[in-house]
Amino acid sequence: MPQESTDPSTHAAVPEGDEPPLAAQSVFEPMVVMTGVNKHFGPLHVLRDIDLTIGRGEVVVVLGPSGSGKSTLCRAINRLETFETGTITVDGQALPEEGKALAQLRSDVGMVFQSFNLFAHKTILDNITLGPIKVRRKSKAEAEAKARELLDRVGVGEQANKFPAQLSGGQQQRVAIARSLAMEPKVMLFDEPTSALDPEMVNEVLDVMTELARSGMTMVVVTHEMGFARRAANRVVFMAEGEIVEVATPEEFFTHPKSTRAKDFLSKILTH
Amino acid sequence: MGDLFTTFNVVGALGITLLLTLFSALGALVIGTLVAIMRVSPVAFLNTVGAAFVNIVRNTPLTLIIVFCNIGFITNLGLSVSTDIARNNLVWAIVGLSIYHAAFVCESLRSGVNTVPTGQAEAARSIGLTFGQSLGAVLLPQAFRGAITPLGNTLIALTKNTTVATAIGVAEISGLMKEMIEFRSDLLIPIFLLVAFYFVLLTLPIGLVTTHLSTKLAVKR
Repeated sequence: MPQESTDPSTHAAVPEGDEPPLAAQSVFEPMVVMTGVNKHFGPLHVLRDIDLTIGRGEVVVVLGPSGSGKSTLCRAINRLETFETGTITVDGQALPEEGKALAQLRSDVGMVFQSFNLFAHKTILDNITLGPIKVRRKSKAEAEAKARELLDRVGVGEQANKFPAQLSGGQQQRVAIARSLAMEPKVMLFDEPTSALDPEMVNEVLDVMTELARSGMTMVVVTHEMGFARRAANRVVFMAEGEIVEVATPEEFFTHPKSTRAKDFLSKILTH
Repeated sequence: MGDLFTTFNVVGALGITLLLTLFSALGALVIGTLVAIMRVSPVAFLNTVGAAFVNIVRNTPLTLIIVFCNIGFITNLGLSVSTDIARNNLVWAIVGLSIYHAAFVCESLRSGVNTVPTGQAEAARSIGLTFGQSLGAVLLPQAFRGAITPLGNTLIALTKNTTVATAIGVAEISGLMKEMIEFRSDLLIPIFLLVAFYFVLLTLPIGLVTTHLSTKLAVKR
């Protein structure tokens, strides 16, 4: 598939207008590049000609009504979701189809799921050290030291020897973030990280994510948390029916949405 | 009744039954796990081979498989593992029992794999584990815990199925039972009770232990 230059708005490097809220990039280096990505679920066209470039250190929040393909887009970046046409590159490397090369690439792409997905039979500490030991070939001692440091960073250092089911949802999700960070990923994907949480636990997870955004991590976040989008995103990507409809700075998107679908979406979520 | 033990090699036969059970259980566990891995692997060819194995073996009477091990492997193909006939038969009976119960172990394990949410495998892949690594470190440990009860059932069935080995002349306890009844029909009831008690002794703990383990090792979600 030829890599034609597309709508400049989707490639906008540093957002125009107001200065980016966090981690401003002086030079735009592409980290994730999606070109002409298409995917069908049977007759349903879930990803339509997706072109999106995410820069190093950039925080991109993907918004959209349910069924708009935003989760699929997020999951396609580390090929948990296959796609039919198009290319996705991460830090210049094309996504391998399968096998060891794909596993290798996935180890550089952190992923945080809606349902946490901590390994249920392993302790919190073992959840975090599994990847570094098996994939990065680190020694147990080194992996554990790093794991404890990360657990402290996300505020669950006390829970290291417990099992996931003994933790609250918010704690589990913070452990899941630590598990991804332990791999020292180049980019982190968040697939509705707070949607399965009780309301009082949402903020503890968002705080960790905001701190991560400030530290310069490249992040793709699918979420319904508009506050987080305003606070931490460099750009908002609005999707509907499998298409990227609008790409803008949070400020611009929330105050002056261009498309009718975005206006419609915002009117539904911001009225109560 | 005590003279049964002096006239016949009761202890030896009880031992053979135990031997058949232990070694076949081990063999079935290894083969069954391998076949289960084939059936859950992403390689279509391995899926087909695994499914074919299970469906052929599971639907063939055990007696047929055991007799085939004797006539087919030993007599026809000359695959002797020992010059001692009794030992040869014993080994091939273990092979037959292992293969037959492997099909059931495989299906028990697959039911265990189904207790593991897809998110677990996705999380394993997302931190960069290869298929083999996620199988070994995440999927199978949880699958075994979820399959303890059906695996226990299979082990109980296997223990009792060792009696089929008598069809190829393995000197296990049910074969000896027939012999004892033939010579000491006056002790018919005690002989029956002795053999029945022995099997209960072997199988009852399996049920108790697996029930205990299935709650103790259950993966809390």
